[in-house]
Amino acid sequence: MQMPTPNQSVLSRKAKIVERLQGVLPDGAVIHTESEVRAYECDALTAYKCPPLCAVLPTSTEEVAAVLKACHEMGVPVVPRGSGTSLAGGALPTADCVILGVARLNGVLETNYEDRYIRVQSGRTNLSVTGAVEAMDFFYAPDPSSQLACAIAGNIAMNSGGAHCLKYGVTTNNLMGVKMVLMDGTITEIGGAHLDAAGLDLLGLICGSEGQLGVVTEATLRILRKPEGARPVLMAFNDNEVAGACVADIIKAGVLPVAIEFMDRLCIETTENYAKAGYPDCEALLIVEVEGAPEEIDEQLSLINDIARKHDPVELREAKDADEAARIWLGRKSAFGAIGQISDYMCLDGTIPVSSLPMVLRRIGELSDEYGLKVGNVFHAGDGNMHPLICYDANKPGDLELCEAMGAEILKLCVDAGGCLTGEHGVGIEKRDLMTHQFAQQDLGIQMAVKDVFDPEWLLNPAKVFPLDSSASRRTAAQ
Amino acid sequence: MTIKTEQELAEAVRGATGPLHIRGGGTRDIGNPVIGEALHTAGLSGITLYEPGALTIVAQAGTPVADIEAALEAEDQRLAFEPMDHRTLLGSTGTPTIGGIVASNASGPRRISVGACRDHLLGVRFVDGAGTIIKNGGRVMKNVTGYDLVKLMAGSYGTLGVLSEVALKVLPKPETSATLVLQGLSLPDSIAAMSAALGSPFEVTGAAQAGDDTYLRIEGFEASVSYRLGQLQTLLGHFGETSPLHHDDSTARWHELTSVAQFADAPVVWRVAIKPSDAPKFVDCLTQTVGFEVSFDWGGGLLWIAAREPHLEDAARCHEDEGRRSDPSAGAEVIHTNLQHNAGLIGGHATLIKAPQSVRSAVPAFQPENPTVTALSQGLRNKFDPRGILNAGLMG
Repeated sequence: MQMPTPNQSVLSRKAKIVERLQGVLPDGAVIHTESEVRAYECDALTAYKCPPLCAVLPTSTEEVAAVLKACHEMGVPVVPRGSGTSLAGGALPTADCVILGVARLNGVLETNYEDRYIRVQSGRTNLSVTGAVEAMDFFYAPDPSSQLACAIAGNIAMNSGGAHCLKYGVTTNNLMGVKMVLMDGTITEIGGAHLDAAGLDLLGLICGSEGQLGVVTEATLRILRKPEGARPVLMAFNDNEVAGACVADIIKAGVLPVAIEFMDRLCIETTENYAKAGYPDCEALLIVEVEGAPEEIDEQLSLINDIARKHDPVELREAKDADEAARIWLGRKSAFGAIGQISDYMCLDGTIPVSSLPMVLRRIGELSDEYGLKVGNVFHAGDGNMHPLICYDANKPGDLELCEAMGAEILKLCVDAGGCLTGEHGVGIEKRDLMTHQFAQQDLGIQMAVKDVFDPEWLLNPAKVFPLDSSASRRTAAQ
Repeated sequence: MTIKTEQELAEAVRGATGPLHIRGGGTRDIGNPVIGEALHTAGLSGITLYEPGALTIVAQAGTPVADIEAALEAEDQRLAFEPMDHRTLLGSTGTPTIGGIVASNASGPRRISVGACRDHLLGVRFVDGAGTIIKNGGRVMKNVTGYDLVKLMAGSYGTLGVLSEVALKVLPKPETSATLVLQGLSLPDSIAAMSAALGSPFEVTGAAQAGDDTYLRIEGFEASVSYRLGQLQTLLGHFGETSPLHHDDSTARWHELTSVAQFADAPVVWRVAIKPSDAPKFVDCLTQTVGFEVSFDWGGGLLWIAAREPHLEDAARCHEDEGRRSDPSAGAEVIHTNLQHNAGLIGGHATLIKAPQSVRSAVPAFQPENPTVTALSQGLRNKFDPRGILNAGLMG
């Protein structure tokens, strides 16, 4: 993965830059020694590492503004960082950048149950947003797998999803407003506790812009009352395609489950060895969860089970109690960890129309044979958000490159099937160079023109999202 | 000019020598008046793709909404954001198009539970002000590939580009629905009842107030609707008398509420978005300066404000006291200024939806925003439409 050559002028001014930043921040908020900046050299895309020039940990919006204003004046690139859980390299530094971490901005500013929102600082973790309101039986809906660690700032940057977005939507559908700082240090508010924009929907544009348009320091998030209950059913099939057809039939039938999760044989077997959830021996497995009062759940599950029976399942297992429900989810929730136990892996998140599931799964199987790399499939089937896990050996020379080449083929396949490169992880550096497969030059051109408006000097997270050669003239113009 | 293909649309924009007024079905003439040659998109018509099993429909922008609704109806699906048909309120004629819905981000009562049009918009194709064909988003439910221009295009009223095709998420139609009606509540009680219902686990899909009645809608399977209705009745019993409306009556009532039929005969109408709990104070405060009628949607977060002739005359009279003109248009301007001022104070916004041309020319129809947001919005317009020819001035 290529990264731009660091700006020598910035590197040579390190001492001055650190001094200037120390001048606008409290003691201990600037991290600059060689050993300490190591902590920021990568995010969850660990295959790529580069220590930054320095890292800063501001404690207020005003401090964020002071940092950005100083960096803007000094012409220093800034890479914003939430909790560093990006799988796409969204927070990967360059040697000439300042990492701006929002981890110390983690407070709850306001909870309002009457109007159903919470206002938090953006460094707060996803799960602790729900944590702040669950005593009142409320929750924040988007639930990425990394929710224990990931920050709201990163969720907004990548428009994160999760297992329950089939019913509740992704981050952008649950974000009502932000306070953000532009690269020149201007602080602004967009949206708020009301619904919809007064004019252009800038909030919708900012969500998912991968930290390239501004640094969000506060967020107003929609909170929802918890359902009375939820219950999963596990369905086992002897064929991936049959499982795919069952998903489409459930959706068509008018039931809208909160989640429909899919696992294939490799994932089932691996998680079974690891977590011992008691999954059946089968080719494909679906976990379908519905919500409501007990009688409502009974009714929905009986309808769903009737549909499943038409597809000759190997087994249908309805959770009788909380313990059984937990066991049904156990395997799914440990799938990534289980695969990690047997191999290094790369996790993709291309999304496809649900109708293309059987074809895409078959083709991924063929690619797996061609490349000689195992692939496990575990994903959010209801919304077509795939998660192929390509297994490789990081210690074997050439294996990472082989894995990346195969990953690129799978993502192109997703685009060609009518889908997209990334459903919830973001482009970062990982899919940057594949953007031209999904977009024509003019499609990318107008997106880069948006960045020109918010960050004319291209100092905010500049080496991400767009292919380097497409963005080169913009990135170097200011230097 | 009338165009039939996206290519023709691109050529028409590229070849334009002056400002263009983009017209779909012509049923939603909202905003500050636009001067320019009419560019009709109704010729770009037809459903391109409909996959019920994937909950997606793709259609050309000029496709009549009725065609889309008929196709969805046949598969027991629907546009869940309940788009408003503006003909009743605005007294317009013509055929509403799907592009018009997207361009105005038209979302009805169900916006409170399933989101707005922008939340259901999966992808767009459009022609920018330079005549370049651009695509963004796609037709899948989850997509974070590049910037989300899809949301930006929703509600941009044709000022950033002319939509040529839109992809929307659709949802299954529920088996049945019902509405709980609470009669004669005071405004604070009505808002409190709606908040309590929306904060309950019973999945209320509509919370509105009009006339003397507060309405709460439940949708789903038969048994579930009846269970939830009962639970809501218990929860809200202390607010007073409740009575249910069953499926057909409920559907008809929400149809009227969606089209704001109660204000169809009012000459001037605004739409105000605020935090629901601010609504009683907002109304109180406004009552002290001007007269108006009001009804509520989105649990109190959306106010429809109507001024009838006597209201306008009263408002004009107080204007006259200040030694200025006293026609009804002046009255509308006084109310407008008050509304946007008061909404701005509490972080909300007010939009002029219906008014005579003279009023629409005199005031900013859309709420002016803070200087930074205004500058960013203007910066985007300059990039998307460098010549400033697309519905110029419509949004201010």
